[in-house]
Amino acid sequence: MLSYLLQRLGLAVVTCIFISALTFLIIRLPPGDFVDAYIANLTASGSSVSAEQAAAMRIEYGLDQPVIVQYARWMGRVLQGDFGVSMVWRRPVNEVIGDRLWLTMVVSLAALFLTWAIALPIGIYSAVRQYSIGDYIFTTLGFIGLAVPNFLLALILMYLGFRYLGLSVGGLFSPEYVQAPWTWARVWDLMKHLPLPAAVLALAGTAQLIRIMRANLLDELRRPYVVTARAKGISERRVILKYPVRAALNPFASSIAYLFPYLVSGSIVVSLVLGLPTVGPLLLQALVAQDMFLAGAIVLLLGVMTVIGTLISDLLLMWIDPRIRLEGRA
Amino acid sequence: MVERTSLAVRDLAVHFEMEQGTVRALEGVSFDLHAGRTLGIVGESGCGKSVTARSILRIVDRPGRIVGGQALLDPGTAEEADLIAMDPESRRMRGIRGGRIGLIFQEPMTALSVHYTVGNQIIEAVRAHNDLSKAAARDRAIELLREVGIPRPELRIDAYPFQLSGGLRQRVGIAMALAGDPDIVIADEPTTALDVTTQAQVLDLLRRLQREKNIALMLITHDMGVIAEMCDEVAVMYLGRVVEYAPVADLFTTSRHPYTRALLRAVPSILATPRQRLATIGGAVPHPGARPSGCAFHPRCSDFMPGRCDAASPAPLRPGEAGASCFLEAQP
Repeated sequence: MLSYLLQRLGLAVVTCIFISALTFLIIRLPPGDFVDAYIANLTASGSSVSAEQAAAMRIEYGLDQPVIVQYARWMGRVLQGDFGVSMVWRRPVNEVIGDRLWLTMVVSLAALFLTWAIALPIGIYSAVRQYSIGDYIFTTLGFIGLAVPNFLLALILMYLGFRYLGLSVGGLFSPEYVQAPWTWARVWDLMKHLPLPAAVLALAGTAQLIRIMRANLLDELRRPYVVTARAKGISERRVILKYPVRAALNPFASSIAYLFPYLVSGSIVVSLVLGLPTVGPLLLQALVAQDMFLAGAIVLLLGVMTVIGTLISDLLLMWIDPRIRLEGRA
Repeated sequence: MVERTSLAVRDLAVHFEMEQGTVRALEGVSFDLHAGRTLGIVGESGCGKSVTARSILRIVDRPGRIVGGQALLDPGTAEEADLIAMDPESRRMRGIRGGRIGLIFQEPMTALSVHYTVGNQIIEAVRAHNDLSKAAARDRAIELLREVGIPRPELRIDAYPFQLSGGLRQRVGIAMALAGDPDIVIADEPTTALDVTTQAQVLDLLRRLQREKNIALMLITHDMGVIAEMCDEVAVMYLGRVVEYAPVADLFTTSRHPYTRALLRAVPSILATPRQRLATIGGAVPHPGARPSGCAFHPRCSDFMPGRCDAASPAPLRPGEAGASCFLEAQP
């Protein structure tokens, strides 16, 4: 058990190192650097920048050094919690990202829990009552959910929420709380705004997870241990929930690992549409402007978060499946 | 017969409604189980042996449906109860399932859930039928494990099934079937997945438990050796019907149905000369959805009488009476 844990931790660290290197390379990939983009921008607006000024900027940002040195410097500072200065915003990256990272986490986790809360009971129902009318209805709704683009759903829900329910739609806060410091009132305001984006983000993942849960449970329901449990004389509800559902939960735990990056990346367009102050829109801006420190920090943080999500799902699997816990295999 | 009749199955019929049509898995199966005696149910795969067991316990999977017949618990007494007439999810049926009738399974590998310790799974069965505290149920479970011959049961109770050998797992399955102290036990191919030595041990165990508790045992198998060793009476099943019923000694000496004789011929003999081919029954068991006309065995029968066997079904057996359902027998 301990060796399994250590092995997973070691792999996580190695993966994080690869992510950082890859992040750095990807950011360096487009031709030109930030200074080129900056000059192009200024030229477009009529001003001009001299070659000396450009060279001075390159030295200031360390862009004149070899790639490997730039990477080492960047990583060294990142490990101390300093992600450098955003070139566009001309403020430390930490400040620019600020609350957005946590808000992204909050929105994504809310979406994840909502996904589970909907998919688990519906998946169980659809499997136990296979080919019933309810099963067909949920299956149809599920496929619609899978097929409708998130941003379209976001627009529709915003319209409905605003038009008929009088909700304050868009953003995660009411206008008076956007710049306010954290108070309980602000947290409550966040809670009130959370359901809409969480529902939009959860939808496609839910449909997918319902199908997975249904298929898995259908497999498990035919296994001999289910007959054994029934033959004991315990109630059918208890038989289903204790035995086959438990066995079908493995993919649920794994879903953390793959739903998480999906939720974060899938949230960029939705975040733009809904005006959410998450990192998604910020990442988009940073990439467009070739603001490499900001983009790098965001990509790195998202990558590390995904690795942590995977680690959590591994731990969950250990908890769910005694075979992994005791023998380190599934 | 002096022994008390524990269960009387009469004309049990089970259909599976499939998209391709109705599959008649059981077509009027009748037999009796007696306290302290063993009835062997024998036949090839797909003859309805397991469906019979599940029908009695009322745990037939959809789309299977019991369409007729009775399963009378304590027939002829004041407590006589028809299991087929009960709601399978009722408290009463649940009390009978595991409480009066225990089920032992074929696959010790897959019949236990890997997600819980064997203790957890046995204690659940104990508490389903006894009003015991957790601690008392645990003590009872350890006692059950000791009873089925598991060494150091106080340690093994916390093991997961995948940490035990196949033989031990099958013993756990037997302990679980006994948790509600049933007086009827259905063993569905209890030794098929085990090696020969373990098989003998498990059969010994079943015999000892039956003697100690005066259990009515229904032993489902396709192994004629197991039948010879364990049973008092034998019902031979073919495509959802009992085709021959006989005391075990008569079955081996004076078997009456051509199917029984074919099954016996297929048992490898220690007297066979080297490289002698094993006898087989020609063809395969037809799919129950494509039942041959007349006597269902006629396409594979060595004594097939054209115009007779394929035209009508021979009379079914009367429960409890030795005989064969065959046109070679005197027809009523």
